[in-house]
Amino acid sequence: MITFKHIYKSFGKHVVFEDLNLDLEKGGIWSVLGPNGSGKTTLMKILLGLVVPDKGTILMDGEEILKQDLYRKKINYMPQIARFPENLKVREIIAMIHDIRQQPADEIALVNRFDLGSYLDVPLKNLSGGTRQKVNAVLAFMHDNPVIVLDEPTVGLDPVTLLKLKELIQEEKDKGKLILLTTHITGLVEEISDQIVFLLEGKVFFQGTLDHLFQKTGQDNLERSMAAIMEHGISNIDSDDSKITSHYA
Amino acid sequence: MLKIFKYSFQDLIRSKWSFILGLFYMAVTFGLLYMSNDLSRAIVSLMNIILFINPLVGIMLGIMYYYNSRDFSELLLAQPIKRKDYFLGQYLGLSLSLVISFVLGLGVPFLLYGVLVSDAVVNFLTLMFAGSALVLIFCALAFWVATANENKIKGFGKAILLWLFFAILYDGIFLLSLLVFESYPLEKFSIAATLLNPIDFSRVLIMLQLDVSLLFGYTGAVFNKFFGSYVGILLITGAAVIWVISPIFMMLRAAKRKDF
Repeated sequence: MITFKHIYKSFGKHVVFEDLNLDLEKGGIWSVLGPNGSGKTTLMKILLGLVVPDKGTILMDGEEILKQDLYRKKINYMPQIARFPENLKVREIIAMIHDIRQQPADEIALVNRFDLGSYLDVPLKNLSGGTRQKVNAVLAFMHDNPVIVLDEPTVGLDPVTLLKLKELIQEEKDKGKLILLTTHITGLVEEISDQIVFLLEGKVFFQGTLDHLFQKTGQDNLERSMAAIMEHGISNIDSDDSKITSHYA
Repeated sequence: MLKIFKYSFQDLIRSKWSFILGLFYMAVTFGLLYMSNDLSRAIVSLMNIILFINPLVGIMLGIMYYYNSRDFSELLLAQPIKRKDYFLGQYLGLSLSLVISFVLGLGVPFLLYGVLVSDAVVNFLTLMFAGSALVLIFCALAFWVATANENKIKGFGKAILLWLFFAILYDGIFLLSLLVFESYPLEKFSIAATLLNPIDFSRVLIMLQLDVSLLFGYTGAVFNKFFGSYVGILLITGAAVIWVISPIFMMLRAAKRKDF
């Protein structure tokens, strides 16, 4: 569905991507992993057109999307840090995003699901971090679109809400959608991911299923696998598989 | 673009800033009208205040508004709208709400003093036009500076410097160069130099309209001599339009390449 081709991006002297290639070929939950600063958020922002890559192309359903705008109709986005205009009320921000997107939305069900009913008329500046994140989730899930991009969606959520969010992600996946997710909670990745994308040093270091990753690293859980990759690089890992790309080799 | 405009305009017109600004203009206008008791004299006094205040208001509120809504821009730019439309909408929302505060703040007192049935009505409209143009121009400059500077402190600093330059330094340099090159013909130079500073050409515009030759000053006299009032006014209006459009263009160019 979405293909990144030869993406280069640096911020000043700091190189984030150097010839990054990634093919998200089908629906399902794709977890983007990598150490801090490996470009997980940048990858999502490039997809959304928020960050402009230095070079490269992105195809979505066969169409070039960079420098376009309307393709974003097909993408729902939940940013990492939920920051809103301070004076708007929850009800108003929902209405506003709805008005801008002009797509059928199911906000009432989501508001009830996240118990936001009593907050609808509260200005956003008076909400706690977790409640803001819930509003953020409502905004990201209320439209029915084939691609959902979630950047650290679990930050600040209590366990009950986290469970609800997990259910919601599963339901959307079952509709055949493509969900691109970053999170530092390895448990969540192990639980729901169909595919893992591991970013390291400006490239896609590994792409495949969780079992595949365990097999390659010789570990039996995600934390250890990640640690193994970050400590030893590819040299320690059997790289006969074409999915593993390395620039050390 | 209209939707972004609608939301930022609604947000701003409800905010206390627009209200305070409107009250400020109103208080000053009422005060001057009360003290001078003469519409044309009040217009001249107001002119001096407006030439100083409006650029400051435009550039400071512009820069503050931009940096304040920056977090929000990430959410909106992830929606299916064009970057260009987002930035234009924000700019129009802010600059028009400021213009409305200005026009109401000045307009209400003058209307109450019967400006419409006096012979000062055209002078008054010229003052309104020049003041509004200054707000539009300096708002656009602020948005350009803010878009091009990710660092808030740098953005603020550059904006203040820009205002200082146009409001104070420019005239000093201008006068100095007139003195240094006094043995050369300086008419064309002074016309160009005036058109290159929005505050200067706004002053000349009002002077030409008021037709108070005592207040013309050198540049006013040059404009009057070369173009007569009518062509001079047209020329300045054209310059004002260019002065609004070019910073907006630069802002859009900077926005196109910007990472959020």
